[in-house]
Amino acid sequence: MADISLGGAAQSVGSIQSSYMAQVQRRRLYGGLTLLIFVVLMVSGFNIADDRNAGGFWEGLHQIGDYPADVLSEAWGKRADLPGLIAKYFPALVETINIAAVSTLIGAIGGLFLSLLGTRGLAKWPRLIPLFRRISDIMRAVPEIVIALVLIFVLGGGPVPAMIAIAIHTAGALGKMFSEVAENADLKPVEGLASTGATWSQRMLLGVLPQVAPNYLSYSLLRFEINIRASAILGFVGAGGLGYELRNAMAWGPGRFDEAAAIFVLLFGTIVFFDQVSSRYRNRLTEGQGQ
Amino acid sequence: MTATDLSLTKQDADKLFQRKRLVGFGIPAVIFAYLVYIFFAFDIAGLAGRANLDNAVTLASDSWSHKVHVTRDNRSGEITYAVEGERKGTYPEGQRPEWVSGDEVITIDLGGDHIVRYLPDNRTEIELPGFPLIEVRAEGRSLTSNLPADLPDWISASNRRIGITTPEGRITLTGARTEVFNYFPGWELFWFTLDSPYHGQGLGKILFGEQIDPSRSNIAGAVSDWWNNAMWRHKDVAWAIGETILMAFLGTMGAAIIALPLAFMAAKRFSPVMMLRAATRRVFDFVRGVDALIWTVVLARAFGPGPLTGALAILITDTGTFGKIFSEALENVDQKQIEGVESTGAKPLQRYRFGVIPQVVPVLLAQILYFLESNTRSATIIGAITGGGIGLMLTQAIQTQKDWEEVAYYIVLIVVMVMFMDWFSGWLRGKLIGRKD
Repeated sequence: MADISLGGAAQSVGSIQSSYMAQVQRRRLYGGLTLLIFVVLMVSGFNIADDRNAGGFWEGLHQIGDYPADVLSEAWGKRADLPGLIAKYFPALVETINIAAVSTLIGAIGGLFLSLLGTRGLAKWPRLIPLFRRISDIMRAVPEIVIALVLIFVLGGGPVPAMIAIAIHTAGALGKMFSEVAENADLKPVEGLASTGATWSQRMLLGVLPQVAPNYLSYSLLRFEINIRASAILGFVGAGGLGYELRNAMAWGPGRFDEAAAIFVLLFGTIVFFDQVSSRYRNRLTEGQGQ
Repeated sequence: MTATDLSLTKQDADKLFQRKRLVGFGIPAVIFAYLVYIFFAFDIAGLAGRANLDNAVTLASDSWSHKVHVTRDNRSGEITYAVEGERKGTYPEGQRPEWVSGDEVITIDLGGDHIVRYLPDNRTEIELPGFPLIEVRAEGRSLTSNLPADLPDWISASNRRIGITTPEGRITLTGARTEVFNYFPGWELFWFTLDSPYHGQGLGKILFGEQIDPSRSNIAGAVSDWWNNAMWRHKDVAWAIGETILMAFLGTMGAAIIALPLAFMAAKRFSPVMMLRAATRRVFDFVRGVDALIWTVVLARAFGPGPLTGALAILITDTGTFGKIFSEALENVDQKQIEGVESTGAKPLQRYRFGVIPQVVPVLLAQILYFLESNTRSATIIGAITGGGIGLMLTQAIQTQKDWEEVAYYIVLIVVMVMFMDWFSGWLRGKLIGRKD
C-alpha cells in the first residue's frame, strides 16, 4: 500500500516536473519568437525609414553636431547681442505661453463638461453618454496641426487658430482623463444634494467638483506643459509665437544664427521652467490623496 | 463660557465662509480678467477683419463636392473638359460630360435653366432665369458685353474680366479664355480616373461581369488602376500613413530600449553613485526640455527630410520622458522579491532580470503603449515640419488651396489612423498585462 502511494507520488512529481519544464520551454519559445518578430520589425522598419529619407542615417550621423556647432559658435561670437535678442523675442515667448494657457483653460472647461456629461452616475442625460464619449474621442484624435492649418487658411495667421486647435484637442484629452477620475468619485454627496432638491449644476459644483478638483488641476497642469510644446510647434507652421520666429530665423540661415540661438535658449528655458514648476505643484496636489 | 465658545466658533465659521466666498468669486474673476487680457492681446476684435469668409465657404463646399471645368481657349478655339481643371482629370479626346451638347455651338446645361453657349468667333451667350440674355464677345485681351451698368452683386464685370456666380455653377470670362465650372456633390474619380477602362462601371460588373480590359483580369486590373489613381494617389497615401506609423513605432520602441538601461542608472536603488545618478537625470531633463521641435530642426539638417528624421526626433525626446518615468517606476519596486531572488545565490544581473523586471514590466508596457498612440499624433505633426508621412501630404494639399476634397480625405484618414492606434494600443495592453479594471 505504502509502496504504491509512494511510487505514485514520485511519479506525479516527475510528471509535474516534466510538464513544468515543457511549459517553461514553451514560454521561452513564445518569448523568443515575440522578441524575434520585434527585432525584425525594428530592423526592417529602420531600413525602410532610412531608404525613404532624403539623407541616409550613416552618412548623416557624423553631421549631427554640425548645425548646433555652427549655431553655438556664431552665437558665442556675438554673445554680447544675446541679452538684447532675448529681450527682442520675449513678446513672442509671452504669446506662445498665452496660447498654451488660454487653450488649456478653455480645454479644461470643455473637458470638465464632456467628462461630467459622459460619466455614468453623473450625466445629466444618461442616454447621451455614448454621444459625449464619442465627441471627446474624436476631439482627442484630431492632431492640433490639422485644425490649425485649416483655421490659418480661414482666419489668417496669428495666435487664434493655434489657440482653437489646441483647445479642441485639450478638451478631448482632458475629457477622457477627467472622466476616469469622476468615475471613482463618491456618489453619496451627490445623492445627499439631490435629496435637498439641488439642480444638476449645483450637484456637480458642490458634490463632485470638490472631490475631483485636485486631480483635475493636476491633469490640467500636465496638459499645460504639453501645450507649451504644442504651441511652439504650431508657431512653426504659421500660428504666431516663438515657433514662427524660429522658422524665420532659420530661413535666414548663417549670419542670423544668433537669433536662432536666442530663440532656442528661450524655448528650452521656458519648457524646463514650466516642467519643474508644474511637477512641483502636481506633487503637492496629489500628495494629500494617500492620507 | 459656552457663550464665548459659541461666539468663537461662529467667528471661525464666518471667517471660513468669507474666505470661501473670496475664492468662489475670486477664481472666476481672475479667469475672466485673463480672458479679457487675451481678447486684446490676440486682437480677437480684429479677427473679423482678417478672417476670410470666402475661404471658409470655398473650403466647406469644396470638401464634399467637385467641379468640372469646361474651358474654351479663345486663341485656338479648343475646348477642354476637366474634373477640377486638372490635367490628370481631363476627359480623353472625343469624350465629354453628357450635360454638354452641340458641335458648332457648344451648349452647356448647368441645370435649373442656367445655360451657357459657346458660339463661334469667341462669342458667349449666357441664359439665366430672371435675367436678360447676356452676350459677351472676346477680342484680343478685352471683352465687350451687353451687361447693364447696374449689376447685381453676383456679377462682377470690367472690360478685362467678367465673373458670374450662380447657385448652379460659376462662369468666368477673360480675353484669353472662357470657363464654366459646374458643381456636383461627391468626390469624383475617387475610384478610377477617366483614362481607366473601369471608370463608370458598377461594382457588380467589375466583379462578376465579362472581362473589360482584354489584357488583364477584371479584379487585378481594377485594383491596380485604383491603387495607381493619379488624382487621389491611393498608393502614396497608403505609404504616407505607413511612414507616419513607422515613425511613431521606431521612435517609441527605440526610446524605450535606450531609456531602460539609463533608467537603472538614474534610480536611487540601483545606482549608488550620486554623481552618475544626477548626471543621468540632467541628461533626461535636457533631451526632454529641448523638445521635439528643436530636435526635428537639428536632425533635419543632418539627415535631410524624411521619416527617419521624424523617428529620431521622437526617439530622442521620448528617451528623456521614458527615462524619467522608468526610473520613478524602478524606485518603487518591492525589495522583498529582489532579496528572495538574491537568497538563491543570483548574481546582480539575474537579480535584475528575475527580481526587478517582472515588477516593472506592466508599468513600462502601459506607458510605452500609451506613448505609441500619442506619438502617432506627434509623428503627423513632425511630418508636416520635417517632410514625411501623411502630415506632409496634408500640408501640401492645404498649401495648394484648391484640393479641399483631398484635405478632407486626409483629415478623415488621420483621425481614423489615430483612433485605430488608440484602439490597437488598448487592445495590446489588454492582451499583455490584462485590463485595467
